[in-house]
Amino acid sequence: MTLQVNGQPQALPEPATLEGLVDALDLTGKRLAIEHNGQIIPRSVWAQTAVADEDRIEIVKAIGGG
Amino acid sequence: MSDVLTIAGKAYSSRLLVGSGKYASFAQNAEAAEASGAEIVTVAIRRVNLGQDAGAPNLLDFIKPERYTLLPNTAGCYTAEDAIRTCRLARELLDGHTLVKLEVLGDPKTLYPDITATLEATKVLVKEGFEVMVYCTDDPIQCKRLEELGCVAVMPLAAPIGSGLGIQNRYNILTIVENAKVPIIVDAGVGTASDAAIAMELGCDGVLMNTAIAEAKNPVLMASAMRHAIIAGREAFLAGRMPMRRYASASSPIAGVIG
Repeated sequence: MTLQVNGQPQALPEPATLEGLVDALDLTGKRLAIEHNGQIIPRSVWAQTAVADEDRIEIVKAIGGG
Repeated sequence: MSDVLTIAGKAYSSRLLVGSGKYASFAQNAEAAEASGAEIVTVAIRRVNLGQDAGAPNLLDFIKPERYTLLPNTAGCYTAEDAIRTCRLARELLDGHTLVKLEVLGDPKTLYPDITATLEATKVLVKEGFEVMVYCTDDPIQCKRLEELGCVAVMPLAAPIGSGLGIQNRYNILTIVENAKVPIIVDAGVGTASDAAIAMELGCDGVLMNTAIAEAKNPVLMASAMRHAIIAGREAFLAGRMPMRRYASASSPIAGVIG
């Protein structure tokens, strides 16, 4: 399946969860927040949150700003 | 020290709030934050760079949430909806943290606040339990409205963001300070230490700055200068300045002058 992650296509083998996606992106352990089809998903339930083809995912972090 | 700045029920001994943008490195940023004495540091929320962020250093490894009160901002948002969404993401990112800096911008040239959208976003965020520190115009009426809507601090600009033009609106700032029941923090416009001192002498409760420190030739030294300027300005405000007179008033007694 192909997800839209931060506006870019991202292929991922099925079945998959948000936790699997974070792992596939090599971002495990980073401080992140995830929005799944417009809904914020708490870190505690990433492992139970299934993702499907064409889902829109936003993954954000804190960076420098004023 | 009893002269503390209280925001959303938490007391801070420093009245200087600093940003974390535009630094040459995270290490320089951390060193400047330390030298500034600030206890509140703003951060931005952005998409991770896919494929580039794995293994890369992270801002929060340098500006540690255990050490500083992080103030996630909504910089770069031009609609109430985007700003609200950013605050919700920040809350998740920082484990339920509700203190945010709301800014909804009007246009990229001036980075002036879109005050209508700012009011709209404030209503939603306050209702959702956020503690909103709001970047806004220097209009005393709008500042009062934002206070009435429940903002925990109102943060008018003194000049455009990143301009370093200094306090261009001191009478507006003065009126805003006189009317306020929540902390008034000058956010944007400060260029050098004397600007920060002026803001504090006007009675502001604090100053938030980023570029003035980050773009100084020596950011760490400027951070230290700002720390002192904030303290000097605050003490001068509390001390109460002498009145201005048009003509001289001799400091030495007239009596006993020879000849």
